[in-house]
Amino acid sequence: MKRQVTSLAVRRLLIALITLVIVSFAVFFATALLPGDTATILLGQSATPEAIEGLRKAMHLNDPAIVRFLRWMAGLIQGDFGTSYANNVSVANLIRGRLANTMKLAGLTASIAVPLALTLGITAAMWRGTLYDRIVTVATIGIISVPEFMIATLAVLLFAVYLRWLPALSFTNEVKSFYDLMRTYAMPVVTLTIGVSAQMIRMTRAAVVETLNTPYVEMALLKGASRPRLVLRHALPNALGPIVNSVALSLSYLLGGVIIVETIFNYPGVAKLMVDAVSTRDLPLIQTCAMIFCLGYLTLITAADIIAVLSNPRLR
Amino acid sequence: MTKSTSPGRLGVRFGYRFNLIGLSALAIILLWGGVAVFAPHIIPHSVGEIVDTDYFGPMSRDLWFGSDYLGRDIFSRILMGARYTLGISLAAVSIACFSGVALGMTAAVAGGWLDSILSRFLDALNSIPSKLFSLVVVAAIGSSIPALIATLSVIYTPGAYRFARALAVNVNTMDFMVVARIRGEGLPYLIASEILPNILGPVLADLGLRFVFIVLLLSGLSFLGLGVQPPYADWGALVRENIGGLPFGAPAVIFPSLAIASLTICVNLLIDNLPRKIRDRSAE
Repeated sequence: MKRQVTSLAVRRLLIALITLVIVSFAVFFATALLPGDTATILLGQSATPEAIEGLRKAMHLNDPAIVRFLRWMAGLIQGDFGTSYANNVSVANLIRGRLANTMKLAGLTASIAVPLALTLGITAAMWRGTLYDRIVTVATIGIISVPEFMIATLAVLLFAVYLRWLPALSFTNEVKSFYDLMRTYAMPVVTLTIGVSAQMIRMTRAAVVETLNTPYVEMALLKGASRPRLVLRHALPNALGPIVNSVALSLSYLLGGVIIVETIFNYPGVAKLMVDAVSTRDLPLIQTCAMIFCLGYLTLITAADIIAVLSNPRLR
Repeated sequence: MTKSTSPGRLGVRFGYRFNLIGLSALAIILLWGGVAVFAPHIIPHSVGEIVDTDYFGPMSRDLWFGSDYLGRDIFSRILMGARYTLGISLAAVSIACFSGVALGMTAAVAGGWLDSILSRFLDALNSIPSKLFSLVVVAAIGSSIPALIATLSVIYTPGAYRFARALAVNVNTMDFMVVARIRGEGLPYLIASEILPNILGPVLADLGLRFVFIVLLLSGLSFLGLGVQPPYADWGALVRENIGGLPFGAPAVIFPSLAIASLTICVNLLIDNLPRKIRDRSAE
């Protein structure tokens, strides 16, 4: 039975790998669609045809697209991400510090959102049908239905404009003390936490409710177990797999959120870098950022899949 | 959202029971639809006209929702913005669902290698985060309105495909499909006359959900400045334009956001409160 699990997990990993190749293919060719010749764009309209031809040759632009794709892939694997068009700095250098910033933001958010969402989700399921449950459900539906930037604007309105606890829309690099750190990160983290938690609460609640509907839980109810005992002792161990799965899935929503939040709060992370790269059409930078995000997303999705397999006792 | 159902008169006629929340959500959606169609005739001020001497003005009797960063009437701009937000999203969701559902049904009925290739490819596309995908495509083909519609519909086709295929595979195993095949019916007939009527309800509910996703993505893109470009402005772009008013709590930032929220929440509520008969037919 053990071999079956390993082979399923390996299968998942393989699928993720194939998907990554297809994704990189899509990213490369989407950016290759760009109208206009890259060499002309780089050198400007006034460049001589000879100069353009020279640059085309230097950048291997005359090669067929598939050759350029393979060369780009080979570079990626070796850690060579190319050079930014906009300022001639190597993409790896541009991204390094930014990636750490984004990971910091994501890590902080996850460490707050996961415990918060699990508590709310499980308790909502525990007291299903009560006023508390209804409030949590309606609030999460509301949050999921609005764009992330609206959560961010409302957070700014509440905490910076009316309560005046935090600075609005500013990110300072002068972080001297722990207090400064808290103030700088508070707003982006609060915004992201609200968005991610809403997803997670919904899924956690659904997972626990589903387990609560099974006959063995009804049996426990009939023998006289209390509500908390019913949920924590009887239902939760079986709902654990789906819950961890939902946590991994919800964390992938961080990606969408991080793009908006970094922009609105002017946070120096990879997502902001990418949005700026899109406005300047800096292709190597866009490609690399896109690949980083896809890699993160696929890792989370695959982790969710594998956890779902591992948590199923019938497969273990 | 299970409120006690009160049978609307309209509902009885169609043989379905609508409840109050669903009906009010539908009313608000239709209201926005009407606004989008008739916007040029009902706006109190021209969208480009500067009507206030002050920028980020407060709400007043003349300017219901205050003025924007140039002193233009934000109420009129929201009404006109409805055209872009609803129009682009509706166009994109129609294209995405039409192609996704058509491909999904074809894959389910045809099966074999066509099914495997389509499924693998579209699933891979589905695993690119939508916001990221849109950023890459916008970088490539720009953000004119047709380009936006194309981008959004490409992004949401794989999801529609997956949903429709899963439903169609179930229907495909039914006896009446076997009978139809034995009768010698061709693929177009099987899809249009045997599969489609049996999955229509859930597919329409899915279309509504996808519409919400598209509205959110479009607003997000416009908010980043990569969506609808000036001089046109959808609701996301209106928030972006007036984000400078946020520190003063200007109504110009708040009302466009509320417009988006009212639309998306109402669509979600409508779908949640659809009669079970429409929503769940053959969905299990």
